[in-house]
Amino acid sequence: MSDTLLEVDDLRVTFPTRTGLVQAVRGVSFSLGRERLGIVGESGSGKSQTGRAIMGVTPPQAEVSAKKLAFDGMDLLSMSPRERRALRGSRIAMILQDPKYSLDPVMTIGRQIVETLRTHEKVSKAEARERALAMLQAVQIRDPARVFDLYPHEVSGGMGQRAMIAMMLVTGPELMIADEPTSALDVTVQLDVLKILDKLVAERGMGLIFISHDLRLVSSFCDRVVVMYAGKIVEQIKASELRDAQHPYTRGLLNCMPRIGFERHPLPVLDRKPEWAA
Amino acid sequence: MTASITVEGLEVVFDRFRALKGVSLEVSEGESYGLVGESGSGKSTLLRAITGLAPVSAGTVTVNGKTLGKTRDKAFYREVQMVFQDPYGSLHPRQTVDRLLQEPLAIHGIADGEKRIERALDEVGLGKGFRFRYAHQLSGGQRQRVAIARALILEPSILLLDEPTSALDASVQAEVLNLLEEVRRRRKLTFLMVSHDLAIITHMCERLMVMQNGEAVETLTASQLIGHRVSEDYTRNLLRASEGFVRA
Ligand SMILES: Nc1ncnc2c1ncn2[C@@H]1O[C@H](COP(=O)(O)OP(=O)(O)OP(=O)(O)O)[C@@H](O)[C@H]1O
Ligand SMILES: Nc1ncnc2c1ncn2[C@@H]1O[C@H](COP(=O)(O)OP(=O)(O)OP(=O)(O)O)[C@@H](O)[C@H]1O
Ligand SMILES: [Mg+2]
Ligand SMILES: [Mg+2]
Repeated sequence: MSDTLLEVDDLRVTFPTRTGLVQAVRGVSFSLGRERLGIVGESGSGKSQTGRAIMGVTPPQAEVSAKKLAFDGMDLLSMSPRERRALRGSRIAMILQDPKYSLDPVMTIGRQIVETLRTHEKVSKAEARERALAMLQAVQIRDPARVFDLYPHEVSGGMGQRAMIAMMLVTGPELMIADEPTSALDVTVQLDVLKILDKLVAERGMGLIFISHDLRLVSSFCDRVVVMYAGKIVEQIKASELRDAQHPYTRGLLNCMPRIGFERHPLPVLDRKPEWAA
Repeated sequence: MTASITVEGLEVVFDRFRALKGVSLEVSEGESYGLVGESGSGKSTLLRAITGLAPVSAGTVTVNGKTLGKTRDKAFYREVQMVFQDPYGSLHPRQTVDRLLQEPLAIHGIADGEKRIERALDEVGLGKGFRFRYAHQLSGGQRQRVAIARALILEPSILLLDEPTSALDASVQAEVLNLLEEVRRRRKLTFLMVSHDLAIITHMCERLMVMQNGEAVETLTASQLIGHRVSEDYTRNLLRASEGFVRA
């Protein structure tokens, strides 16, 4: 294992559509060590498609290209689909943006976690159940035994999101791509989930890509932040220095969040400039 | 001030699980009232119970002076509309904006539909060009605007908002919050709004209720929350957590 877990050089994701090509990701480059990297940017800027391309779950009609896309020194793009699948779920995991659509609606929460675990490790049913319950407990689900037997439509938004997180963490991945993992959680649970992710980075050396639109969270949680706009990286900055960001888009994003104790009605909105997308 | 929504001793039970354990609250006419609290504490269930979508086992819901029974009639939905958290799930992707807005008008047999659609689209800042687009061709923020337009089209007096911006990025969130404030002012609406973001609640609401585990923890004014004048530890924890992540 090297210190650089992931290298991304000139990543592009292009969708053919009836009205021509949509370039969702247009030449993104960064590298990731055993650290927390935040990706922020507005809706449609290509954050999820960047994560999906790394994970290998880009929609089939889209084309992915890169000068380099390597995980732990292995070239991801030249791998067979089988090798890629084997990596996925064991060494690389992704918490998808929308838990309601990522969980299987006809399988109980508990069974989904147990099956995920059992496809990656040889464990007895009883042990898998124990570990699934422990994981639900770790993501601060009250009464894990009740939730274990519920179907996705029977849990609240935040509970579904945590079930998804539990499912992804139960196999102990080395690279975790977390796409808006805490957007439906109340703030105290949000911090509990971040603590779990933080511990995995600090103690197990996991690499974490944390996609979020919550700049306050990203600046307090991540080490570095990549700011995307229209499929490109417009700024890379140390998270602790996000407040001093230079790009007008980053500054605008920071400025339009409501803050407790600072009344502004209406809130400032972004005045988008065409040259940002150049 | 007259009450717009009064909830008294509301109980909701799923199988044997008590999701709401006797919750009471009163929202005045024209007020914007916030619900915050633990995930799974019953915030969405409370809104759903008001709209008749949750199994209420005890307690009463009174809207604009009328105490409601088990079912909701058409007249109820002309008074009360709901906007959901998820702009992807709440609109059918293969329908045009026009069709999505026509539907409630048809159900309620409203004649001046044309005028209302134009007004609603205009109000949410979507030009005429959007009217015949499909939902799947819209961005998250645009979809949430359509969902708001759809809620407004029956000219309700009350909007129930369940995390209306949590799926949106910060810049679009600001636009949608501004829009909600503006329509509330213009149409003199009453809001009951769920959010897990205390900054959004203090920005949008005059009063709020903190919930945990199916119960009310405490009721506060926005300025009490801003000034940290709270009495319960759970609320204090929420305030602390709102400041961001602190590495131990
Ligand atoms: N199946 C598809 N066909 C065509 N274009 C697509 C498809 N999926 C995504 N796109 C486009 O790719 C671009 C990037 O999308 P992506 O989901 O990565 O955005 P995002 O930054 O994650 O936004 P959000 O914050 O809303 O999740 C968008 O412009 C989107 O419209
Ligand atoms: N159909 C159902 N069957 C069984 N339990 C349910 C059902 N719907 C909701 N519940 C339970 O009721 C509780 C409250 O859920 P609710 O969705 O109201 O929470 P919430 O406060 O909105 O949480 P969040 O902030 O995560 O959205 C949860 O424990 C949930 O599992
Ligand atoms: Mg996304
Ligand atoms: Mg909810």
